[in-house]
Amino acid sequence: MTSADPGFLGRLSWDAFPVAGLIQNPSTNEIVANAAAAIVLVGAVSVIGLLSWFRLWGPLWRDWLTSVDHKKIGIMYIVFAIVMLARGVLEGVVMRAQQAAGPGEGFLEPEHFAELFSTHGTIMIFFVAVPFVFGIANFVVPLMIGARDVAFPRLNQISLGLTVSAGMMLMVSLVVGRFSTGGWTAYPPYTGAAFNPGVGPDYWIWAIVVSGVGTTLTGINFAVTIYKLRAPGMKFMRLPMYCWTIICSSILIIFAMPPLGVAALLLAADRYLDFHFFTNDLGGNMMNYANLFWLFGHPEVYLLVLPAYGIYSEIFATFSAKRLYGYNSLVIATMSIAVLSFTVWLHHFFTMGQSALINAVFGIATMLIAIPTGVKVYDWMATLWRGRIRFSVPMLYGLAFLMLFVIGGLSGVILANPTVDYQVHNTLFLVAHFHNVLLPGVLFGLLAAYNYWFPKAFGFRLNEGWGRVTVALWTVGFMLTFMPLYFVGLMGMPRRSYSWEDPSFHPFMIVAVLGALVILCALLSVLVQLWVSIRDREKTRVLVGDPWDGRTLEWSIPAPPPPYNFAIIPQVTDRDDFAARKQRGEAYPTPQSYEDIEMPRNTGIGFILCVSSGVWMFALVWWIWWLAILMTVMMLLAVIVWSFDTSTEIIIPAEEVRKDHEAWLDQVHSAQAVDRDYEASTENQGLARPDLEAVT
Amino acid sequence: MDRRTELHRRERRRYVIGYGGSLLLTLAVFSIAYIYGIQRPGVFFSIGLLGLVQLVVQLVYFLHIDRRRSSREDLDLILFSTLVLLIIIGGTVWILGNLAMRMHMHAM
Amino acid sequence: MRRAPSHSYPGLNLGEDHASAHKFTEVVTFGFWVFLMSDLVYFGLMFAIYITMIDAQAGGPGPHELFDLKSIFAQTLILLTSSLTVGLAMLALKYNLPRGRIVLWFGVTLILGLSFLVLEIRDFMAMAEKGGIPQRSGFLSAFYGLVPLHGLHVAAGCLWLVVLGIQLRVMGLTDLIMSRVVRLALFWHFLDLIWIGIITIVYFGGLSYG
Repeated sequence: MTSADPGFLGRLSWDAFPVAGLIQNPSTNEIVANAAAAIVLVGAVSVIGLLSWFRLWGPLWRDWLTSVDHKKIGIMYIVFAIVMLARGVLEGVVMRAQQAAGPGEGFLEPEHFAELFSTHGTIMIFFVAVPFVFGIANFVVPLMIGARDVAFPRLNQISLGLTVSAGMMLMVSLVVGRFSTGGWTAYPPYTGAAFNPGVGPDYWIWAIVVSGVGTTLTGINFAVTIYKLRAPGMKFMRLPMYCWTIICSSILIIFAMPPLGVAALLLAADRYLDFHFFTNDLGGNMMNYANLFWLFGHPEVYLLVLPAYGIYSEIFATFSAKRLYGYNSLVIATMSIAVLSFTVWLHHFFTMGQSALINAVFGIATMLIAIPTGVKVYDWMATLWRGRIRFSVPMLYGLAFLMLFVIGGLSGVILANPTVDYQVHNTLFLVAHFHNVLLPGVLFGLLAAYNYWFPKAFGFRLNEGWGRVTVALWTVGFMLTFMPLYFVGLMGMPRRSYSWEDPSFHPFMIVAVLGALVILCALLSVLVQLWVSIRDREKTRVLVGDPWDGRTLEWSIPAPPPPYNFAIIPQVTDRDDFAARKQRGEAYPTPQSYEDIEMPRNTGIGFILCVSSGVWMFALVWWIWWLAILMTVMMLLAVIVWSFDTSTEIIIPAEEVRKDHEAWLDQVHSAQAVDRDYEASTENQGLARPDLEAVT
Repeated sequence: MDRRTELHRRERRRYVIGYGGSLLLTLAVFSIAYIYGIQRPGVFFSIGLLGLVQLVVQLVYFLHIDRRRSSREDLDLILFSTLVLLIIIGGTVWILGNLAMRMHMHAM
Repeated sequence: MRRAPSHSYPGLNLGEDHASAHKFTEVVTFGFWVFLMSDLVYFGLMFAIYITMIDAQAGGPGPHELFDLKSIFAQTLILLTSSLTVGLAMLALKYNLPRGRIVLWFGVTLILGLSFLVLEIRDFMAMAEKGGIPQRSGFLSAFYGLVPLHGLHVAAGCLWLVVLGIQLRVMGLTDLIMSRVVRLALFWHFLDLIWIGIITIVYFGGLSYG
């Protein structure tokens, strides 16, 4: 133990609250910190207040928190991701404002600025990108492969609980104590106990460890789901492209999350138990940490972007009314990227001092990844070629992606050259590069997916007009914010600087902050679109379930889907099975008979583990040992007691399935089919008139 | 019933063979270390080799992994994991070893 | 809910007497295999760190002062034998032997697992007496990051044995319990494989190169 005997509340005291700082030293810096804390508190209180006012605690508990339905879990992931996205974007705007203030100016203390970039990175990667990607996957994958749920529905709920509790630690760190100042990578020795004895790095460590466990379990779940639960007849080469990217992404999770867990836990051993893995003294080696972290870090990038590739593949095919071009090459490219992504981690630390030979080997491996990625870009363009293209919102995101992502990819190839990397390492050029792949690549893909599958989840479409405004704002905001950073990066401006002196940076920083404000508007526009769409939902109902003339199985069922997804598990005979069925005129067959359906029963285990792991993390951060031990025992006991529960399934009787399914079939038969030209109009009830000419 | 007894006997024999094999290999490893001394050149190499053999013996006789069609997916999984492990461990040792050498970190 | 398998699950399986348990087990066991592979990466990385830190003894005690091969030999034999007994428990289940037989093999495995842990902890205490504590050097940190991690897994396996033993009594031989026995056996064999890596790399490797 590095401290004296801690008391009942560990090292928690009055000074840990930001208000204490405000009283002692009222400055802009403290006001910003307190405002952030206040937003968290007001947000929490108003959520609790609204839930109580509308008496929603019961339904929330019964229908959502204890649900093991993959669709609801997916939606909860996405809500969580959007809340965290709001915080991440706000932090980005504050940082851009600080840097735009002029040479040597600014309103934040260096420590506070360091906290901002640390939380911004941690949140955006672990609590926006990952939950958003797997929220979409949760909702879509079982529907796409013709399954009734994921392989391990209860484990799925536990994964969600752990991810959310870890994310809450970042929120708590705004109100109690301070988050780490060590960046999202948390390199020791800076984050070691010698240089950073406070609670910051501990918040980072435990949030990463717990969310890492949750993500690993999700990866296992989805790998097994796609491997084992495909509908009869769905061979691997009939698997929709999106599912291919999710299985590759799951494999990346399975093998790449452990390095992160090891890095964080060994750092914890150094900090809590005085081990010497990464310390300066007694044989510790901090270079081991950089190596471990990027063993995770690089596959992580691909586990985020591969699902986005899958989403774009589905969207380009649907909105061009064509079969995906070059399916086989896309599958091979996806798998090549997955394997190659394990061989390039060193390009994140070319400058650490290893020999030129090693740098060259990893540099070449990095450049190799551009090949399969290039194959994909050409395949997508060929899919669009001579297709009957509709410029709907998801398609617009896709087109913005195609153009902007190529720029980001090319700047990546530049960085892959070790000699160039020595020049621009640790500058804003790098920041511009990875935002250039993560925004148009991952975020645009996720927003496109949100617009694309929203009608499937809720039975009504999102507003097209506001959708287009949102696309425009994101695209313009992105370009204004990050393109200038390429230039200042080349001019030599280091990343993560709270202040700078060279006046020639100033114009670029001002453009960047304007861009950040546009991004803020884009975020607001996402919310406005949602609000307007809910308000006008009666005009955009698509209960039949196929608003876009979709090609894969998820469009062949009602919107929103019943809890069991498929009344009858479909027999798959084609790659784009639903498109083929529509062409044959067999899209909505009347089943001969129905069977009882066995579904997993709701359980509270995920919620219990969410709360207890949250308290556990808090206790560890603040050295409240008795509480940490108590929570460890509680979590163990919860799992053991839960394993005695045998009534884990409920039966949905065949009669009920028949009633619901026939009611829906009646709707299908009475609905008016619409041409693609009227897709965005109120006539679209979710029944598509297949466009035979365009189907090639 | 007879067929089942027969099957049972055969499977039990499998475990016993695996156990016996592993036992012999363990004895061999420790005797080599005891007789020749661990720091003699070649000794660690042969110990490592015997360790590898024992891994294979246990995979085959305890975990029933072989090239039959039915265990192909487990075998694929294990082979892929081995590939990733080799990349990760080999790369780490290569990079960190090179850094240690270039920085004269340890007195050799 | 679950698709019928096109072929029987390889390796550890429950055979024709337990067809329904078999289907369920196929999916769960495959998932468990995947989990083990993820766990394997944890161990693999700790091995890699140990290799890179063999020289980082910082003037503290090294392998030659600390490692007791006799005790390691005993631990190896114990763990290997427990791998056999857990396999025999599996066979007793698969061929419908009386439930007492399963519980017997479970008990033997548990005793072996616990004696392994006792010997291991005695080793650590002996090392600590010679100054071999993790706070002493990078090398010892790496050692204590890896070997007790395996020990922790064995301890978790022991807890699992106890819980599963109780469940066998309380809940009987349901599909769920049978599939858990299969997974426990898999886990236990996996720990034996890791132990082979530990004796080879940590102990013999440490003595050769440390």
